[in-house]
Amino acid sequence: MKNIIFVISLVLLMTGCASNVKLAEVPVEDKAGAAVSTDNALQPKSSVTTVEVSKLPGMDPGPVGVGKLVMFDYDSFVIKPEYQSLIESHAKYLRADAKRKVNLEGHTDERGGREYNLALGQKRSESVRKALALLGVSDSQLEAVSFGKEKPVDTATNEDAYAKNRRAEISYR
Amino acid sequence: MLLGKVFCLFAVSIEVMIIQFFQRWVSSLLQLGVCGALSFFAIISSHAQFRIEVTGVGVTQIPIGLSTFKGEDSAPQKISTIISADLERSGQFKSSALGAIGDEVSRPDFSALRQKNLDAHLSGSITRLADGRFDVRFRLWDIVKGQDLGGQSFAVSPSDLRLIAHRISDYVYEKLTGDKGVFSTRIAYITKNAGKYHLWIADSDGENAQAALTSPEPIISPSWSPNGTQLAYVSFESRKPVIYVHEVASGKRRVLANFKGSNSAPTWSPNGNQLAVTLTRDGGSQLYLISSVGGEAKRLTQSSSIDTEPVFTPDGSAIYFVSDRGGSPQIYRTPSIGGPVQRVTFSGNYNISPSISPDGRFLAYISRVNGQFKLHLMDLNIDKVSAITQSVADERPSFAPNGKLLVYATQIQGREALMTTTLDGRITARLAGQNGDIREPHWGPFLKP
Repeated sequence: MKNIIFVISLVLLMTGCASNVKLAEVPVEDKAGAAVSTDNALQPKSSVTTVEVSKLPGMDPGPVGVGKLVMFDYDSFVIKPEYQSLIESHAKYLRADAKRKVNLEGHTDERGGREYNLALGQKRSESVRKALALLGVSDSQLEAVSFGKEKPVDTATNEDAYAKNRRAEISYR
Repeated sequence: MLLGKVFCLFAVSIEVMIIQFFQRWVSSLLQLGVCGALSFFAIISSHAQFRIEVTGVGVTQIPIGLSTFKGEDSAPQKISTIISADLERSGQFKSSALGAIGDEVSRPDFSALRQKNLDAHLSGSITRLADGRFDVRFRLWDIVKGQDLGGQSFAVSPSDLRLIAHRISDYVYEKLTGDKGVFSTRIAYITKNAGKYHLWIADSDGENAQAALTSPEPIISPSWSPNGTQLAYVSFESRKPVIYVHEVASGKRRVLANFKGSNSAPTWSPNGNQLAVTLTRDGGSQLYLISSVGGEAKRLTQSSSIDTEPVFTPDGSAIYFVSDRGGSPQIYRTPSIGGPVQRVTFSGNYNISPSISPDGRFLAYISRVNGQFKLHLMDLNIDKVSAITQSVADERPSFAPNGKLLVYATQIQGREALMTTTLDGRITARLAGQNGDIREPHWGPFLKP
């Protein structure tokens, strides 16, 4: 649903409605320029139109006082025992109201390729999804996705930072 | 300063800084090089968007004299300067600026040019037409044989003058080397700057970058359609990875795949009719095929491990991809209609990001060696693998459409940068971003003239 709203608002943006999103500092040349008819048939191949995306609005805060992070060891997607009660609290919150939906977002540290890390992050979010499903949360309330290495909480290149980034976030919609 | 055909027995480092003044004119190019000895460079500072550095020298460089195009001084783009920079960047030419001598109809003074040890000469003209377009003409000469190598004329809008300069570079390159030039192709890449992500489309020299998309959330994995009019990519703007197909000229875009879970790693089939993608809708990362107009996704791989990063062979019959079904990520191959899966990489325990050359002969990929990520090239005919870069944090190689160059992302002194390299690793050029970190390049196809 949100995607449809997005597509429509982008179409409106392109038809020239005022935008409250700041343009990038780097100037962009709008090359939707004049058509050229020559015997060499050279159309303005340099034509590029910019599309701007804005931030999504805020979400459901979830159960009060319960952490939203599950941390993982290197190269692992196994949920450590210390997170069991956190997962149970979320499961309880979700079982209480079938309209509540949650995104489980898997993350990796910054070492390795982007797409492979996206898949590794997915294994982490899948683990949390399975753990919640086992505790009786319905499938329709759960979506496991991955951000791979794209959204680190700590961008330093040391073991401390890597450990902080290997996580699954429980994110209510 | 030595000019002329020089055989260099050792690799020499030549640094060429080419800096683009914003939107109006191109700064002059300063370059000095002495075989086997020192190299030094001049920096011209400006409101530059991009810097290109070339290091390394091939065994032979064709010496070419470039005249300033007649009328160039009052034109919006310095055509001859752009051409000179293109030819220099390939590492296969040594260009000399000859000043304002000749145009596209005059015959060069062959003996005078031979005295300067030049093998070829390019001259031309650029004239403003009454309707605001520009008439651009050129002629190329073989100085050694004293022969006319032909010329062309174009009438173009001012915004296409850079493109015409690149097309002339392609013509010169092809006439003198026999290989198709890639100067008029485009590269897509992504930058991250102050919390904002941009998907850029630039000329093959990194200049003239225009943003196709800007977003507060990550964008990854851009992939050009075979006809160069569309880009597929993964955007996290809806707080999950979703695949879009984006028409570059108009900015019109549509969601190609937003199934439950993560949608990523789009790659086009050679006929442009379908894409192979990675979906997690059935629980794990697996490969699927989906029509380029969207719709149902057909599952291609059946494993309980990670299968991702698909790429089609040039004839479309097979797909190379990454799988950790053997315990660690390796590159495999399967028929694109589905079928048996064959392992392709056997050395090292971490091989990812495959890219196939346009003739199907080479596989470029990233291999982790002693904890470092390095670009490797496999000759599929003779099963030979070489590491071809000096850098240690390489990502996502992509072949140029003439198969002679690779572009990839890497880190230079802690900052992300794009590099191009010849397949033997000897001639490299750096595209250094000034605004933020630069990554995820994909080299676009030849565009129909």
